[in-house]
Amino acid sequence: MKIKLWINEKEFTDDVSPDIALLEWLRSKGFYSIKRGCETSNCGLCTVLLDGKPVLSCSTLAIRANGKYVTTLEGVEKDALEIGGFMADEGSEQCGFCSPGFIMNVIAMKNELTNPTEEEIKKYLVGNLCRCTGYVGQLRAIKNYLKSTKEV
Amino acid sequence: MKVVNKSVRKKDAMSLVTGKPVYTDDITTGSSLIVKLLRSRHAHAIVEEINTERALKLPGIECILTYKDAPQSRFTNAGQSFPEPSPYDRLILDKRLRCVGDPVAIVAGWDEKNIDKALRFIKVKYQVLEPLLDFTKSKDNEVLIHPEEDFKSLVDIGADNNRNLCSSENSEYGDVEEQFKNCTHIIEETYHTQANSQTMMETFRTHTSFDAYGRLNVISSTQVPFHVRRIVSNALEIPKSKIRVIKPRIGGGFGAKQSVVSELYPALVTMKTGKPAKMIYTRKESFTNGSPRHEAQITIRLGSDDDGNIKAIHMYSLWNAGAYGDHGPTTVGLSGHKAMTIYNKVNAFKFDFDVVYSNTMWGGAYRGYGATQGIFALECAVNELATKLNMDPTELRMKNMLTHEQVGNKMPAYYNEVLNSCHLDKCLIKAKEMIDWDNKYPYREVGKDKIRSVGCAVAMQGSGISNVDVGAVEIRLNDDGFYTLMIGATDMGTGCDTILSQMAADILECDLENIVVHGVDTDLSPYDTGSYASSTTYITGMAVVKTCKSMREKILSEGARLLKIPVEKVEFDGKNVFSLEDDKSISLKDIANFSLVGENNYITASESHYSPTSPPPFMAGVVEVEVDKLTGKVDIIDYVAVVDCGTVINPNLSRIQVEGGIMQGIGMALYEDVTHDKKGRLTSSSFLQYKIPSRLDVKDIRVEFESSYEPTGPFGAKSIGEIVINTPSPAIAHAVYNATQVNIRQLPITSEKIVMGMLENKKK
Ligand code: FES
Ligand code: FES
Repeated sequence: MKIKLWINEKEFTDDVSPDIALLEWLRSKGFYSIKRGCETSNCGLCTVLLDGKPVLSCSTLAIRANGKYVTTLEGVEKDALEIGGFMADEGSEQCGFCSPGFIMNVIAMKNELTNPTEEEIKKYLVGNLCRCTGYVGQLRAIKNYLKSTKEV
Repeated sequence: MKVVNKSVRKKDAMSLVTGKPVYTDDITTGSSLIVKLLRSRHAHAIVEEINTERALKLPGIECILTYKDAPQSRFTNAGQSFPEPSPYDRLILDKRLRCVGDPVAIVAGWDEKNIDKALRFIKVKYQVLEPLLDFTKSKDNEVLIHPEEDFKSLVDIGADNNRNLCSSENSEYGDVEEQFKNCTHIIEETYHTQANSQTMMETFRTHTSFDAYGRLNVISSTQVPFHVRRIVSNALEIPKSKIRVIKPRIGGGFGAKQSVVSELYPALVTMKTGKPAKMIYTRKESFTNGSPRHEAQITIRLGSDDDGNIKAIHMYSLWNAGAYGDHGPTTVGLSGHKAMTIYNKVNAFKFDFDVVYSNTMWGGAYRGYGATQGIFALECAVNELATKLNMDPTELRMKNMLTHEQVGNKMPAYYNEVLNSCHLDKCLIKAKEMIDWDNKYPYREVGKDKIRSVGCAVAMQGSGISNVDVGAVEIRLNDDGFYTLMIGATDMGTGCDTILSQMAADILECDLENIVVHGVDTDLSPYDTGSYASSTTYITGMAVVKTCKSMREKILSEGARLLKIPVEKVEFDGKNVFSLEDDKSISLKDIANFSLVGENNYITASESHYSPTSPPPFMAGVVEVEVDKLTGKVDIIDYVAVVDCGTVINPNLSRIQVEGGIMQGIGMALYEDVTHDKKGRLTSSSFLQYKIPSRLDVKDIRVEFESSYEPTGPFGAKSIGEIVINTPSPAIAHAVYNATQVNIRQLPITSEKIVMGMLENKKK
């Protein structure tokens, strides 16, 4: 099936099989930031933005992105560096395998919630699993990040 | 110390957070064969016939390998030093299948859909055998898991395949029975810990190919590249010189990747076809045929006098190896030795164990490596003893456990090693303070049916395996004066590349940026047993210290030679070698550049390190929970951990390790449950059923350090990686008891068990 979409603002057209997941297709185009951690829509590692909203690319068909704007971590390097910097300062990017999906969701949260409480942050990000950090370090990083964006 | 003990960022941090392609599946993107396995549906069966004809005809199928195509030398998948203590009990593909998921055939092809189809098209005739699924019935059962004649163990570990024994041992110090006679209080209970899946976020994965020299290159997500080289060599019957193993960034290991899991199948495909091949385990496969923590049943007898002086401990560990013995004989040892040593004052202890085979999935290494199971059992028993004595359990511990006062003493349960450093008493005192123990113990009612209670546990681990683990390090002075640090230790996200560089930077008195470090490549990196057994900071760290010291010596003598002054008269400050007598000096940059031309020597240094001791880090964990008496729901309100890991090399990275380990421990305590159906099929094979903690499951984890100084460690450091998972299960079980008077001795501590226990209590 023919699709046309924008990945990180660049136009792509392709002929894709109707059952290919967005995750596989994007990785085949070289967007390796996207990771797979499960087959059951549980881990959040594969999160990308579709028209600005976070979706699990493992359980979104590539054809569903037809005509839409996809954002991957490669497309938001400035934010990644900024948020990632706060994570690195806490050491909360341990193995880093969950970081891309996590950061994508943090970006989405930042767009959606104003002044979220700790509980709201946790709830928003609950779908992003991480086995290394125990989450509290990530929370410290996010709070520091949100604080820094307020000061500007 | 300028760089050591500072929370510097990890060297690879920014590429990780910006999603750079650095993991196995990202850097092996060229075209390679996709490798998948046909796995057994039966827990115990023999492959009688296997017909691959129809499957082979499918487009894009390159090869299908069965037991007829695989080498016939038995080996172990356990990544351990040679001679491995784990029995040689497996083949890449065996006629006999010993658990559900055991490989029956390897299918390799270019197109995933056709591979999946091929898996369905392979016709297998099984002789289905009676499975032995209950490991408590395994010893001397007539169903034999490993009847094969070429079963062998390289080390005497008490293995007997005709009795389903992977390993067994008895040891005693003092006369336990005699001591029990003098005890006025005895606890005798059996505890049960379930298998746990490590669930590192990156599943097992390997890429294999031939290089220009005709050598097998293995790129794999592993903690033990050098052991992988040996195991591949054993299993494929090719010399090690023909194998190169490369470790890129790893998405977590926690011990799972201390075994060979995904490596051999693509390797065999590449050997047969000459083509590159890649195997990526699904999450489901990682659950069903990964290498989870061994399930254990531990019986404890613990005796004390009226004042709470513990006199004797007897532990018996029955250990489920599952289908294969990987890490079975070694993990079990820690369940006794690392647990009992904490109570070093006892007059006598006894430790017996049996590691038995069964037709369940095979176990392996998981953070804590057996100590976790033993510490759960013993710490629970100690808490039960405190109740019996009507004594505050922290007081009971203070009376009996290792403290700074015992530094210099021998530890009979710990192979007679001498205690060189210990702040466990400080850890416990601090943890009590942090949680306000004295006001909160044992519980408070906080509303209708809600109780808040506290619970505690202490733990120890080791730092490397004494007299076994080796780390070698090489350092080079490059032109313009920057260093390349070559290590064989495997950074799996914990940051060892960074902390080892921190140590090097301190000794060489340079900036961290001046040290270049990279992942492991067995062709280039110096030998290292790998990242496990909490050995990296301690063992490889010490090798870094030694190597950098010898580098300094070499820089000094080269500087002195160039300055034409005797070496005793010069010093090195990290930037210049200078005369102690006049103002002559030469920069490191010049020394480096001169060393690469003419008559001079290219300056390199290399040292290795092993340790005759394995100094224990210590930890106290105290938890506050809220229990709903109606539903049995347990909420973790606060978890406080105070750790003595000696000098902390990088406080932030250490803290994250503690927080992560505690969270895994909480998962083990409350949620993570490996379940099978009656036929031995795993029913908890996805994140839908096997629930690891999410960020909503814990309110807070607070971590502090009470650093002692370990004289045998680099900069006084001990280890931290493993100990951190050991306290949550017993501490939470204790808190649940304090809230409900129910002792849960079988993990996980589910609401159902709590409520049933309370109902049971009411009846009494
Ligand atoms: S890969 Fe786990 S949710 Fe998409
Ligand atoms: S950092 Fe390893 S899974 Fe999150």
